Amino acid sequence: MTNTWQDIKNANLVIVMGGNAAEAHPCGFKWVIEAKIENKAKLLVVDPRFTRTASVADYYAPIRPGTDIAFLSGVIRYLLEKDAIQHEYVRAYTNASLIIKDGFSFKDGLFSGYDEETRTYDKSSWDYDLDDKGFAKVDDTWQNPRCVINMLREHVARYTPEMVSRICGTPQDTYLEVCELIASTAAPDKAMTSLFALGWTQHSVGAQNIRTMAMIQLLLGNIGVAGGGMNALRGHSNIQGLTDVGLLSDAMPGYLTLPKDGEPTFAEYMKTRQFKPLRPGQTSYWQNYNKFIISLQKTLYGDAAQAANDWAYDWLPKLDVPLYDIIRAFEMMTHGEINGYICQGFNPLQAFPDKGKIRKALGNLKFLVTMDPLDTETSRFWENFGPQNPSDPAKIQTEVFQLPVTCFAEENGSLVNSARWLQWHWKAADPPGDAQSDIFIMAGIFHRLREMYRKEGGAFPDALLNLRWDYTNPFDPDAEDLAKEMNGRALTDLKDPSGAVTVHAGQLLDGFAQLRDDGTTAAGCWIFTGSYTERGNMMARRDATDPREQGIAPNWAWAWPANRRILYNRASADVAGKPWNPVKPILEWDGSRWVGIDTPDYTPTTKPSDSVGPFIMNAEGVGRLFARSLMAEGPFPEHYEPLESPSENLLHPAVNSNPAARVFADDRAAFGTAKDFPYVGTTYRLTEHFHFWTKHALINSILQPEEFVEIGEALAHEKGIDQGGWVRVSSKRGTVVCKAYVTKRIKPLLVAGHPTHVVGVPLHWGFTGQARKGYGANTLTPSVGDANTQTPEFKAFLVNLEKASGPVS
Amino acid sequence: MQLSRRSFLKITGAGFAASAFGALGFAAAGLALASAVRPFKLAHARETRNTCTYCSVACGILIYSLGDGAKNARSDIIHIEGDPDHPVNRGTLCPKGSALLDIVHAPTRLRNPRYRAPGSAAFKDVSWDFALDRIARLMKEDRDKHFIAKNSKGVTVNRWTSTGMLAASASSSETSFLTWKVARSLGMVVFDNQARV
Repeated sequence: MTNTWQDIKNANLVIVMGGNAAEAHPCGFKWVIEAKIENKAKLLVVDPRFTRTASVADYYAPIRPGTDIAFLSGVIRYLLEKDAIQHEYVRAYTNASLIIKDGFSFKDGLFSGYDEETRTYDKSSWDYDLDDKGFAKVDDTWQNPRCVINMLREHVARYTPEMVSRICGTPQDTYLEVCELIASTAAPDKAMTSLFALGWTQHSVGAQNIRTMAMIQLLLGNIGVAGGGMNALRGHSNIQGLTDVGLLSDAMPGYLTLPKDGEPTFAEYMKTRQFKPLRPGQTSYWQNYNKFIISLQKTLYGDAAQAANDWAYDWLPKLDVPLYDIIRAFEMMTHGEINGYICQGFNPLQAFPDKGKIRKALGNLKFLVTMDPLDTETSRFWENFGPQNPSDPAKIQTEVFQLPVTCFAEENGSLVNSARWLQWHWKAADPPGDAQSDIFIMAGIFHRLREMYRKEGGAFPDALLNLRWDYTNPFDPDAEDLAKEMNGRALTDLKDPSGAVTVHAGQLLDGFAQLRDDGTTAAGCWIFTGSYTERGNMMARRDATDPREQGIAPNWAWAWPANRRILYNRASADVAGKPWNPVKPILEWDGSRWVGIDTPDYTPTTKPSDSVGPFIMNAEGVGRLFARSLMAEGPFPEHYEPLESPSENLLHPAVNSNPAARVFADDRAAFGTAKDFPYVGTTYRLTEHFHFWTKHALINSILQPEEFVEIGEALAHEKGIDQGGWVRVSSKRGTVVCKAYVTKRIKPLLVAGHPTHVVGVPLHWGFTGQARKGYGANTLTPSVGDANTQTPEFKAFLVNLEKASGPVS
Repeated sequence: MQLSRRSFLKITGAGFAASAFGALGFAAAGLALASAVRPFKLAHARETRNTCTYCSVACGILIYSLGDGAKNARSDIIHIEGDPDHPVNRGTLCPKGSALLDIVHAPTRLRNPRYRAPGSAAFKDVSWDFALDRIARLMKEDRDKHFIAKNSKGVTVNRWTSTGMLAASASSSETSFLTWKVARSLGMVVFDNQARV
């Protein structure tokens, strides 16, 4: 989230699209109700189902799963056609005026530079026209046809209301009402907030779904302001934290990235990470990248990381492919290229696409380790549970270790919430039986391996043997020790230019501005620097004071970066530093410094006349309506059909689905067509359940005891299915037999003239726990991911559905 | 006077009983009854601040447990409710958060390390030493056999692709940092978390 949960109450319009906050984030959704009651806000919901969020909305628009980009591109077209954009904001804070270089083009569904063989783009033409100093050329008058704003206008011209309606199935009159409502927030003192979740990410075009809305928010001047922003409602208690700390194939703590094979030296690695400003005077904060990575290497390797050995750069693994993501991992496992797999609090047999493939792949492992408080399906993949998990254990040679761990109530530590708050929590009781913490297990594995490598030698032991491990209790390190390690310390006395000592050797650092690139500072996760200082544990703060009750609460816990609660908050004021919305200001320029209720984006004395842009992480200093080379499938969003789709792409049938999506051959062979699987499946959570955990809890298992699918009355009638009757739902990959819930909440959509039915598939069912046994939604889902992130396409796929008799038992 | 939530409960518990009976004209008897009435169970409990383990609204919760922290006193969580001081949830919880006690005490909570041998149809209980020794040995065997120190062009790449790891989504950031350190120092690249799904 760019903003906070409570800040939602400041919105004039709340759009929930790509999520269902009322059911998946109920206590956060209360702030939407607060906005409606206290701020007379309108709620707009766009969803294939009339969800509980929709039931309290002022406007509801149905949409076919997987067509959000078409819907939103039509909104951009409307805003530009009606000139309903916040002009001063767009000119000063976006790249609308920057000029795109010759050679960049878009034709018949493809951008310039496509290579059909590799399904990737040569992105060299996706850039600005640069002057001889390396700065992007600008035309503030917007006369040049190659200005970003003009190229965007041309790109979205095809998304007329008629076309959007044919693609999305949204009635045209409803759609135009939505456009008009969104356009109303172009007024400088009006804000729309966008709340979204996995309804946008779980698509082969997931990242571009989000990007399209972000562009709308920039055009409306809704980023950085109270009640605005792009607010990803994250789904797990610390999924934000695990991402921040870099537990992703290609990531390192604080959004640093792992080296690639093509970067053999540290100097080579830094070449693409220096982020020289693309406009004069811009912050381009990633210019400090070397300070962050050198401080990380000092944390990991201490004295063994020196300038002379390039800060132990060679000890970091290098990537030969863009990502070893989960889809690639199970592809490798299928082909016997992975022998060992460790699942920490993760249940891939339930969570990953194409369950049949996952089950078979796990059986190819030599060993599987699960670390979980609960008895997960994954840890029992080898056991025969009947049709829900058919297996012959005698044929499965995998050694399985099921390790019991503590849960939230039994440990100290911090979690990062959706709004980037690091909140500390405390242990309330001991775990059951002989369960131990994940920290105990990881430390136990580390000590044993280090001892073996010391005694026996083996493959490249240097990084392991030199890993710093100076914790008070090395066998089960305290969370406090680890928190301080991430925050970072001075390794020698740090001095200011006058020679005065600012931080003494050994002291905890106050903020990342103190980090150095000469090896005199250590910090495990630079964006967390400031969270645990000499003043104490900032994450444990419990002062809920909220200036003007504007939803900031700056002294409650601690937020990254630098305790900033609203990202890009400089953009809440105009070019001269006056708040766009004088009633809900965040910052303003008082003539000598930035003052207000939040930490400013940059040095508080940076003058408005210096024209330093609010988007300090971008080399341009401004928000991007044109993404340069940063996206896999194009610098402008384009509508591509899901890999399994009931309709051809009406804009360019020859390029039907995302041309940059990576698809493995056996996964492609497992895609079905609308001829055999005529209905659109989409997965989601129920409000009574959390993934595959709460079926282990009695109350939740009573509230929602068994697997079902949700279908509309029209489809039920057509198929002769009664309320609560049994159905067989199949995709090319598998079959689920369960009950049908016949509902008015899903109605057929008219897509390109054809009625299209949607089948809703809640995802919570498995074969362990207290609820009744179920197959799980991933029995049906296809193994293909977003072209940038490889997040699987769970939200749009094809199924068939037939009336069935109940299970024989 | 600084009142902890716990002592506040004690006082209001007794005070409520006294005033209710007092209003009915049983002042002395009411007071005697109030001192004899069973105090709220929570008044005896230890209150611990925590965060709901489910979605990322991160509602503040109060966990009430028995056991005073003494070495030989077994702790037991008896109640969980929303934290009224928390600026986001302000004491409320959803259908999932309201049932947190049931997940803490789920009958399928694991209590002992268990091991399933190749071809076996059942788990058996094992010691932590057995499990961790064996896991470390299997990891080392695989790593020594398949570790890639240099690629075909002779570039040092130091990666290990034949063993992978999925990290949690509800463990603390501190746990995740330690996990990152161990995984990366081994050269592990098949490494992901729940953010991908």
